[in-house]
Amino acid sequence: MKRLSTDRLWAIAVLTPSVILLAVFVYGFIFRTAYTSLTDWGNDPAQAFSLTPIIRFIGLQNYHDLFTSNLNARFRQDLVSTLFFTVFFIAGCLGLGLSMALLLDRNPKAEGIWRTIFLFPMSLSFIVTGTIWRWMLQPQGGLNQLFHLNPASNGWLTSRDSVWSFDWNKLPLITATIVGLVLLWVAWLAFRDGQRTRTWVALGCAALLLLWALVIGPNVKLLPAPELHGFNIAFIGIIIAAIWQMSGYTMALYLAGLRGIPEELREASRVDGANEWNTYRHVIFPLLAPITLSAMIILGHISLKIFDLVFAMTGPDNGPTDVPALLMYITSFRQNALAVGAAIGTVLLLLVAVIIIPYLFSQFKTQEGHA
Amino acid sequence: MTTTPLSPVSAPSTHKSPRFSVARGLMYLGLTIATLFFLLPIYLLVVTAFKTPDAINLATTWQLPKFLNWASFSDAWAKVGGNMGNSLFLAMTATAISAMLGSLNGYALSKWRFRGANTLFAFMLFGMFIPYQSVLIPLFQFIKSLGLYGSIWGLILAHVVYGIPITTLIFRNFYADVPDALVEAATIDGAGFWSIYSKVIFPISVPGFVVVIIWQFTQVWNEFLFAATLTSSGSQPVTYALSQLAGGQAVSWNLPMAGAILAAIPTLLVYIVLGRYFVRGLLAGSVKG
Repeated sequence: MKRLSTDRLWAIAVLTPSVILLAVFVYGFIFRTAYTSLTDWGNDPAQAFSLTPIIRFIGLQNYHDLFTSNLNARFRQDLVSTLFFTVFFIAGCLGLGLSMALLLDRNPKAEGIWRTIFLFPMSLSFIVTGTIWRWMLQPQGGLNQLFHLNPASNGWLTSRDSVWSFDWNKLPLITATIVGLVLLWVAWLAFRDGQRTRTWVALGCAALLLLWALVIGPNVKLLPAPELHGFNIAFIGIIIAAIWQMSGYTMALYLAGLRGIPEELREASRVDGANEWNTYRHVIFPLLAPITLSAMIILGHISLKIFDLVFAMTGPDNGPTDVPALLMYITSFRQNALAVGAAIGTVLLLLVAVIIIPYLFSQFKTQEGHA
Repeated sequence: MTTTPLSPVSAPSTHKSPRFSVARGLMYLGLTIATLFFLLPIYLLVVTAFKTPDAINLATTWQLPKFLNWASFSDAWAKVGGNMGNSLFLAMTATAISAMLGSLNGYALSKWRFRGANTLFAFMLFGMFIPYQSVLIPLFQFIKSLGLYGSIWGLILAHVVYGIPITTLIFRNFYADVPDALVEAATIDGAGFWSIYSKVIFPISVPGFVVVIIWQFTQVWNEFLFAATLTSSGSQPVTYALSQLAGGQAVSWNLPMAGAILAAIPTLLVYIVLGRYFVRGLLAGSVKG
């Protein structure tokens, strides 16, 4: 027994350096960034890189400015852009990845070669991918030339058009409405499962939010004047390049999932008289649902952080194709506005944490029980 | 169609051969279209890299070069060759250190489980997912205060630390498949923590090391944000050099294309030669407890 406990102490001793490093480099630095974002560091450029900068604590002013000040419209556009980017990127990767996995699952000849081709972009740097696709999408060549498109109307990366614009002032209203509708749906689910209390709580919250959206919401103004943000057309090219790089990953996930489905299940479904489509619909797709969720979370956190691909394709200074991750870099290391950069970094972290922390919880909660 | 095959092994063939004509044809059509999507950019990349600058224009974008112009590669090498050396040193050093750390951590976490080990591990894993923008400013200051700003060692430090979560994860899952009985037998024989690691665990770790080394090498080689923030000219890795080569108003596209090929070759080689292990690392990245 004594022997065993010394071994366990060694295990803890071995882990200690890594734990300390991560405690400092991850949690300590996050804390420092969060603190920096509450100061005015770098608002006076002269202070930014002086050895003993004078830093004042200004509370949530930087966040307030990012979301409501006229100077920070670019940040708000970036948030909207990153949302559109994430949705289309995930949808594209899941659609293409699943299609390729389903095709490969039907045992084509030379399966290994197809798989190798679909997956190789994963081994490239986003910078390499971006460089290649920047050339593909040049107005005067590449895709336009291949499909005989008019360069004047197909600017790809240079387009300044934007669609689905909405007024930033309406953001509280839109958010409240969407959350309210989601709560209504939750209430419906709880009602179906016969959970009384949950139904009433969800219904109550939904009613309150929707009531707020109807009565007070339209009068809330974040900004003195309307401010339009939408999906910038120039992002289409970047999304295509991102899908080119990452859909092989989704394919690998799905293929591993498909290969894990026992042949007997498919057989049983066929014996029961289900045709090919019904077998997929009722047997295979439900079994792939957890993989879809995993893929969405992994792809989602990659897309919220995307930085190098945009940098390589349209450069750091192109307003229409900016994302928060890139803006953070420019704000902190070009404009030396360290506190504002820290605030953008923190917002980015919160966005990622919202999807990652529940995921990590769900992965480890079940394990801890019988550890 | 409705006859039940006698053995499950023969099932796919008996089911698919009669419908060869349409379904199989559509499958190959789909695969071919997907292949075009993945290979057209590569075709354009290679073709452009071999052209002379004046041969690159609107009308001939997709045509093969009249002759192979290797000069683009020597020009690109002159610009990014030194950075390739930086990347190689960086990726090799950072990979070696983080693989070793990951192996020890994975061993300690999977074979000497203590209370709260899983919670600790989840806290370590979070570091894999954070956007590095949220630690970049303190990291920059820290590296600077160590006097490592602008040197490759600051970059190595960053890659080692932020590589710990994924290398620990891969090794932990790898060692989980090693039977505990092996470790127990060794303890009965009087072996302790370190002798079990060096005599039992380490010798059977080769496949784990292969996965981790491939994964980390590729990640570090391809990384850009740290490269752009923590290094200065002279110590910059190849991704940064390539972004400079391709940025701005580069008229002669043969140069960035040749540079992109150079920067892609090492990781592409790793992928082609050791693809199986690459995919294993890829799948490990999706956590799976």
